[in-house]
Amino acid sequence: MSISETYVRYRQTLSEEPLAIGVILVALWMAWSLASGLATGGIEISSLASLVWDGLLRGLIIGLAGIGLSMTYSILNFANFAHGDYLTSGAFAGMATSYLIAGIGENSVGALLLVGAGGSVFGGALGIGVTTSPLAVVLGALIAGVATIALALLIDRFVYRPIRDESGIALLITSIGVAFALRYLIQFVFGAGVRGTTAAGSVPRVNVPAIDGTFRVTAHDISLVVVAAGLMLGVHLLLQRTKLGKAMRAMSDNEDLARITGIPTEQVIRTTWIVGAGLTGVAGYMFILWKGTLGFNDGWLLLLLVFAAVILGGIGSIYGAIGGGIVIGLTASVSVIWIPSEFGRAAAFLVMIVILLFKPEGIFSGRTTA
Amino acid sequence: MSVSDLRGRFEGLFERDITLVLAVLGVIYLAYILSGVVFGYGLRGQLNSVANLTFYIGVFGMLALALNLHWGYTGLFNIGIIGFMGIGVYVTALVSKPPVAEGGAAQVGGFGLPLFIGIPAGVLVAGLFGLLVALPALRLRADYLAIVTVAFSEIIRFTMMSRTFQTYTVPDTIDLWLFTVDPTADTVGLGGGGGLILNYTDPLEALLRGLFLWEPYLAFIAFVQRNFIPNNPKPVIDGVAYGIVLLVGVGLFYLLLTRTGQSPFGRVLKAIREDEDVANALGKDTDRFKLTAFVLGAALMGLGGILWYSGRGSVTPPSFRPNITFFVWIALIIGGAGSNTGSFLGGAIFAGVLYQGPRYFKNLVEAAFELGSAPRNFGEAMAGFASLDPMPFVLYTLDSISQLRLVIMGVVLIWLMHNRPEGLLGHRKETASTVDLARPGSAESSGKPSAADGGEER
Repeated sequence: MSISETYVRYRQTLSEEPLAIGVILVALWMAWSLASGLATGGIEISSLASLVWDGLLRGLIIGLAGIGLSMTYSILNFANFAHGDYLTSGAFAGMATSYLIAGIGENSVGALLLVGAGGSVFGGALGIGVTTSPLAVVLGALIAGVATIALALLIDRFVYRPIRDESGIALLITSIGVAFALRYLIQFVFGAGVRGTTAAGSVPRVNVPAIDGTFRVTAHDISLVVVAAGLMLGVHLLLQRTKLGKAMRAMSDNEDLARITGIPTEQVIRTTWIVGAGLTGVAGYMFILWKGTLGFNDGWLLLLLVFAAVILGGIGSIYGAIGGGIVIGLTASVSVIWIPSEFGRAAAFLVMIVILLFKPEGIFSGRTTA
Repeated sequence: MSVSDLRGRFEGLFERDITLVLAVLGVIYLAYILSGVVFGYGLRGQLNSVANLTFYIGVFGMLALALNLHWGYTGLFNIGIIGFMGIGVYVTALVSKPPVAEGGAAQVGGFGLPLFIGIPAGVLVAGLFGLLVALPALRLRADYLAIVTVAFSEIIRFTMMSRTFQTYTVPDTIDLWLFTVDPTADTVGLGGGGGLILNYTDPLEALLRGLFLWEPYLAFIAFVQRNFIPNNPKPVIDGVAYGIVLLVGVGLFYLLLTRTGQSPFGRVLKAIREDEDVANALGKDTDRFKLTAFVLGAALMGLGGILWYSGRGSVTPPSFRPNITFFVWIALIIGGAGSNTGSFLGGAIFAGVLYQGPRYFKNLVEAAFELGSAPRNFGEAMAGFASLDPMPFVLYTLDSISQLRLVIMGVVLIWLMHNRPEGLLGHRKETASTVDLARPGSAESSGKPSAADGGEER
């Protein structure tokens, strides 16, 4: 394509899409204000680095949780509004395990299993942390995944499977019911209070030098990066090297055709739930370990950001979910340079809405793996 | 079929609707009054309980009707209802709150205009935000529209909570080219996390004063005080009167939406719901119709929000979490999307049974049995089972009924989607066509919608 053709095409886009001009102008203003802030010293490079690091970690959690959502969205063809509460369930199951292992013998088993409901046991006092109680954390993450898988399969069997052939909207509405039931059952069992779960003071940390200062990296940051990267690589290999990935791609394209060609669709759906829910549970646990507090609303509050990531990346693409997660996480954190900090999440939603308007198939579309 | 025949059938239908609505309301009210008798309520307590019930029936009925315009008629999956409600209340507050007084509790004032300007302003701005959301979002698939609208309602809530918009000092004079405006307001704003104190005239009082009924109303209260309720009957009577106002409001919503649904405009909306491409192919500018329907519904949701919250002493941002949106959805699905009578019935049943019912059930049990104090957490509740004593668990369950209520709602929603996705009256979903689509001579010639594949029975 010659330059003039490209130019004409862009001019056409601009005249047809007045909103596009607005978006471009906003982007230019943001770049300018960041550049001038950095040049004049109004924005310190170290604080920018700290925001980027925070955004990256958030993004990894969102991306990890997003893989599961994206897989069920493309295979079962509905937006699962209960996904956030799967995340919370995983976090509670995992934390209960960690509490039990770290505190058995000195505290009552009931209080430990309820993750210290009503202030009976405190995570800080138990010394929960990746360096202080490594076994409790590793087993906690494992149980978080396993419990979420069990929960997702159970819910699928009794809630989603009987209405598998209904429209995506009917399933979506049903998933809202699941979300309500799950979230408030968790509140019923574990209580409404937000509890501190980790010994925040004793987590090892290093100050990484940036040009004009330092930013902080903790052991929980590192463990989050390791777990997220490992699981993402694992899913990538699983879907690339096994027939499962191919079967899933076939199903998300055309379920009837897939069934005719001999793909056991129910089995693929079950495997999808297993992989997706496992990742979601671990993501929930790592999220709680990283931020250090746990409440029954945490997953629900994260859900919209996860949706934003999945839509941004293109539904059905696991790389899209990871990439979208990182973009959304960075947006939510770094946007405080330009706007008041209360609007970090609002900015992430706005990015999602803009993407939906201009490229509803997502920015990584066409590269679907699952 | 002759015109009079049609008319007779229509009237018969209407009468059946009226009986159905009255029967459902009658059962709900009777249950509440009977449980009031069990609690040993006097007249005051009974009136209070009935007023409270009427309030929720009114607001959920209205919101379900407004949602029915979006989802039942047009097929727009809006889960940002609470955002429009919040905008309505906040704008009304901003317009009608008096300026900050010296020594008053309110930190943030308003423009001090009367409520009959403030409420239309709130409705109008809710409609405008509906336009703002709908303009770009209506091109989207249903599930994307859902996510965009819920994100929008969260953005509204973040805005209410933010420090940035907490207060704004209005300049003493504003120069507008030829003339200067001297606003009475000094400090306005959204109040941040602390919310707004609604220190304008009580909406009921404003309404009755507007209708010149305020003096007779006060005389009536004095009469009640002399004869029935000796100490301070005003709050109770106010509650009942406000409930009646809400029911009138529901009636107006119903009339407006039924008229809209039966108009040519409404038929196009239903055609869009059935198949947007066909409606488009028939030369209807479907985007325009969807836009109008969305804006109208959003404005009605704003009005619903105003009627819900403006009579309270204050509003705070946590009231505007997405939960209420889903409550309205459950109400609509119980009643059946597509039918206005169904929407109201769904709202009434939701308010009476799912929303208020569990609390009454708890009070009933507590009134009937002498119960000890409930355990503080689930662990203590389960400890009872060690000695085969289920009582701590039962007590804990009763004590956490306000959370379990939401679990019950979730389970009811799942059950409905499995067993009766069309709700109570959803089978009466009106088709886009003006003529009866059933095959002539078919046994079930009315009530049953034709199949999508050209009306052939499968």
